[in-house]
Amino acid sequence: MSDISPISYSDKTFKVIGTRPVRHDGADKVTGRALYGADVQLPGALHGKVLRSPHAHARIKLIDTSIAEKIEGVYAVATGKDWPDLVDKIADLGEGAVHLKDLSENCLAVDKVLYKGHAIAAVAARDVHIAEAAIAAIRVDYELLPAVTSVLDAMKPGAPILHPGLKTETLGQPSQGPTNIDRHVHFETGDIAAGFAAADLILEREFETATVHQGYIEPQVSTALWNEDGQLKIWTSTQGSFTARHQTAELLQLPISKVTVTPCEIGGGFGGKIAVYLEPVAAILSRKSGRAVKMTMQRDEVFEGTGPTPASFIRVKLGATKDGKLTAGQAYLAYESGAFPGGVIGPGTMCIFSCVELPNAVVDGYDVCVNKPKTQAYRAPGATQAAFAFESTFNELAEQLQIDPIAIRRINGVKEGSRRVDGPVYPRIGYLECLEAAQNSSHWNSPLEGPNQGRGIAAGYWFNIGLKSSVSASVNPDGTVNLLEGSTDIGGTRTSIAMQLAETLGIPAADVLPKVVDTDSIGYTDVTGGSRTTFATGMAAHKVGLKLLEQLTARAAFLWDCDPAEVKVDGDLYRWRDQQLTFKQLAEKLPSAGDPVVGHASVSPEGPTNGFGVHIVDVEVDPDTAKVKILRYTAIQDAGKAIHPSYVEGQMQGGAVQGIGWALNEEYFYGDDHKMRNASLLDYRIPTCLDVPMIDTIIVEVPNPNHPFGVRGVGETPIVPPPGAIADAIFQATGVRATRLPISPPRLWKAMSQLAK
Amino acid sequence: MQDFDYAAPISTHEAVQLLADPGHKAVVLAGGTDILVLLRERRRRATLVVDVKKIAELNELAMTADGGLFLGAAVPCSRIYREAAITEKYAALVDATKIIGGWQIQSRATVGGNLCNASPAADSIPPLAIYDAVAEIAGPNGRRQMPVADFCSGVGKNVMARGDLLVAIILPPIEARSGAAFQRFIPRNEMDIAVASAASLVELDDQGIICKARIVLGAVATTAVRASHAEEALVGQPPSDELFAQAGALAERSARPIDDMRGTIEYRKHLCGVLTRRTLAIAVERAQSKTQ
Ligand SMILES: Cc1cc2nc3c(=O)[nH]c(=O)nc-3n(C[C@H](O)[C@H](O)[C@H](O)COP(=O)(O)OP(=O)(O)OC[C@H]3O[C@@H](n4cnc5c(N)ncnc54)[C@H](O)[C@@H]3O)c2cc1C
Repeated sequence: MSDISPISYSDKTFKVIGTRPVRHDGADKVTGRALYGADVQLPGALHGKVLRSPHAHARIKLIDTSIAEKIEGVYAVATGKDWPDLVDKIADLGEGAVHLKDLSENCLAVDKVLYKGHAIAAVAARDVHIAEAAIAAIRVDYELLPAVTSVLDAMKPGAPILHPGLKTETLGQPSQGPTNIDRHVHFETGDIAAGFAAADLILEREFETATVHQGYIEPQVSTALWNEDGQLKIWTSTQGSFTARHQTAELLQLPISKVTVTPCEIGGGFGGKIAVYLEPVAAILSRKSGRAVKMTMQRDEVFEGTGPTPASFIRVKLGATKDGKLTAGQAYLAYESGAFPGGVIGPGTMCIFSCVELPNAVVDGYDVCVNKPKTQAYRAPGATQAAFAFESTFNELAEQLQIDPIAIRRINGVKEGSRRVDGPVYPRIGYLECLEAAQNSSHWNSPLEGPNQGRGIAAGYWFNIGLKSSVSASVNPDGTVNLLEGSTDIGGTRTSIAMQLAETLGIPAADVLPKVVDTDSIGYTDVTGGSRTTFATGMAAHKVGLKLLEQLTARAAFLWDCDPAEVKVDGDLYRWRDQQLTFKQLAEKLPSAGDPVVGHASVSPEGPTNGFGVHIVDVEVDPDTAKVKILRYTAIQDAGKAIHPSYVEGQMQGGAVQGIGWALNEEYFYGDDHKMRNASLLDYRIPTCLDVPMIDTIIVEVPNPNHPFGVRGVGETPIVPPPGAIADAIFQATGVRATRLPISPPRLWKAMSQLAK
Repeated sequence: MQDFDYAAPISTHEAVQLLADPGHKAVVLAGGTDILVLLRERRRRATLVVDVKKIAELNELAMTADGGLFLGAAVPCSRIYREAAITEKYAALVDATKIIGGWQIQSRATVGGNLCNASPAADSIPPLAIYDAVAEIAGPNGRRQMPVADFCSGVGKNVMARGDLLVAIILPPIEARSGAAFQRFIPRNEMDIAVASAASLVELDDQGIICKARIVLGAVATTAVRASHAEEALVGQPPSDELFAQAGALAERSARPIDDMRGTIEYRKHLCGVLTRRTLAIAVERAQSKTQ
């Protein structure tokens, strides 16, 4: 943990915000008492298991569950036949429309399997061993179909088609004929031809990135209990209890009020725990068996059956004058959406040029179905691939023009008033301030210390969203405040939200007692995702704080028998003439001061909060084996205002480490049979603690004008710069410009030996 | 996981009887770090699991009368690298035991299990082979010994038959002026499986000339392979970086690797050269430090 204070561009001072109190959930976690999904043990609960496809693409001719059903101890078997009729049903899940039929078929296939690991049937049994035996006893007859697992192959004419009815949507218009491309995004600004004509140097480069997984440590786990009264209760590991409720209710065609979702403590999500997998299946099994059903995935099921983030192909063309001013940019991005339409091409196309002012630009993006698991969000979904391509090309441009990489970024960098090529104009943002911090950092100003070393730099951007949040709060007579929230806490948000309420009330963070509650107990709250929670739910906490303040002032006035307008509040002190009460003293008197002090608040802030980051990395490349060692790493980011700086640093470090894994070794490795070969943490190589140095952090604070304390989202941006920065450092060390992720030792060694020839 | 019976015999004789029982499909459990995974993932079937950790003989770790090493088949890695006498003499074996898994794995995992499991990438097998280690096997028809180099017969296969139990691995004594080293290449820095590995042993004469060399490569064929041409090129030569590089190039030719998610054929061959070169340099350094 770094104790360097943030570089602040604000003169506001705070009492609680910016300090580093002990986290509220800390004691439970370090003593092992926090209740995760796996800890839910309902009386008489059955264990559910899923049968998964061994094939990448096949038609299901027959599913025979009769033998499995007869096994002693088996209580229920479910297949795709158990879905209600969902044809043409669309649900708006807050993050865009979802075809319910696709969602259901991803949870339990109906007539086709579209990837190895695709769920086909599920069993509930007395214990997990019986359930496994029953799964093995289910007979499935397949008609094998040709498969395609690469985005460019899937776009070719004559490619195996996943969904015969799929049409490409371009600017809202559907195409003719069968295709795997479900969406074509296009936007342009200025005059691209004139822009390139004005350039002294034009570079065009192609990049590929592999499918990678979020790699959360806790596998998906859900328990469902479908009561005789028709009420369905679910305990699950999810980023969003309300979206889990909404998806489950829609898939089962239940009124939403019939479903209660209790979010358990969560062992990571990173975007991968928004879509449901087990929840509706456990519910069906529970309905059929009349018992609670608990389902837990194994690691191979997590890799093969849940959503990774897309592999991609990207082409970037940049033009610049000889003094480094960009004149034009063109990008072509093809992202895999996986087995079903609806990938993250949108944000990819919007992020690719998001760090530079570009007067003339054209961007085309394609979202393409392939025989891999349906992709899902992963920390700044779609942005890392795009940034790797853009930042790498930009670094090469700088090198060829002999301009310092920070200087070229300052020449072209976006600031307040700059227009992103997809349209929006930035409000006050902190990108140039991050570059300045990088320029002044001790890392950038210290020399490399040996041979085969190189230093790289890259920037990254993520929108960060607002969406809807609700909280409620009540003042206890001992001077503490209960704070209920609907935001599942993944990265310490109970504390960062509680601190904003504490600041508003002028009381210590420890006196706010935050609690994440179920969907029956709090107003609607969107997912913990999009780096929104500390920002948006924090806004709701501030808002509820103001409501409590107003009531507290009224109660003080009641006690003093004065006009509330005459009561002055200063921090935790309430004053009228020579009378004064601290918050705590006032709380003690509340039982005899009229109505209890409680409040509810909800918010739905719109527009992005715009997070920028700049990363610097030093590597050493073994000249014989091409193994890359990360020697030193500094992540710099505009947090707007770091509520709890340690958690902001933690986010920056965690994102950087995930980006390092993505850059160097992580990939879904497919055989010629289109099956994943490395569905385990042995061969899917997430960095271990021996593979990364301490990640240094520099927090920059350019306050977000649209938040009472200036907060911007911080969780996602830090995964965006690493691959570009690392590729740059590898180039400086070896002379190889890596254009394909991961830059694994065999691949880099090959490129280094070709360069030597 | 499948249902099975569990037995923990306290004598070799009893264990062999259990393993030979025709009414059972029995497997041996030593540290369990391979077998439990295999059973759980249904890659192996068993109706009886025979835990051999309670057998005294298999837990023995001692220098033999002639100065060699008796390494009981149930001795965990962590005991091996804590023993000063072993770290001094069998440095390459110690190199391997220190990198098998992490601390937790090393406290359970045995070299015997590593050998019996017969993974092409097993880290202890190349070091055992360069020391000319011998496997002592007890079976229904008595005891026999065979060179470790001949013990594995394919990926996950060894020469033992029903009822056979590996009792110990016996390492012959080490010549005074010899040194050895083991290295593997993994993309990460721990918890990974060898993309390629090499163990080298050299013995120096009074003049410091190499008079014996052993090089065994791992993870580049179905079983560990000896790099005989490289060994031959070393004998009779004074050690030098050029010589090690030459031996490395020859070692590459002994490798018969496959392409997979861990590496390509050409990369693995290349690594054999690099690791041979590097382990030779350390082995010679260790030999020289002993002669001084
Ligand atoms: C997380 C993790 C990391 C690992 N890392 C490494 C690594 O870095 N390098 C490496 O080489 N391996 C590694 N392994 C594999 C494993 O730990 C080793 O192969 C270990 O040495 C096996 O020893 P064991 O005592 O646990 O064997 P067990 O699992 O008990 O047995 C292995 C096999 O040998 C048989 N067997 C065992 N003892 C006898 C005997 N006396 N007679 C007859 N048959 C016997 C068993 O029936 C089984 O088939 C790792 C495993 C895990 C789970």
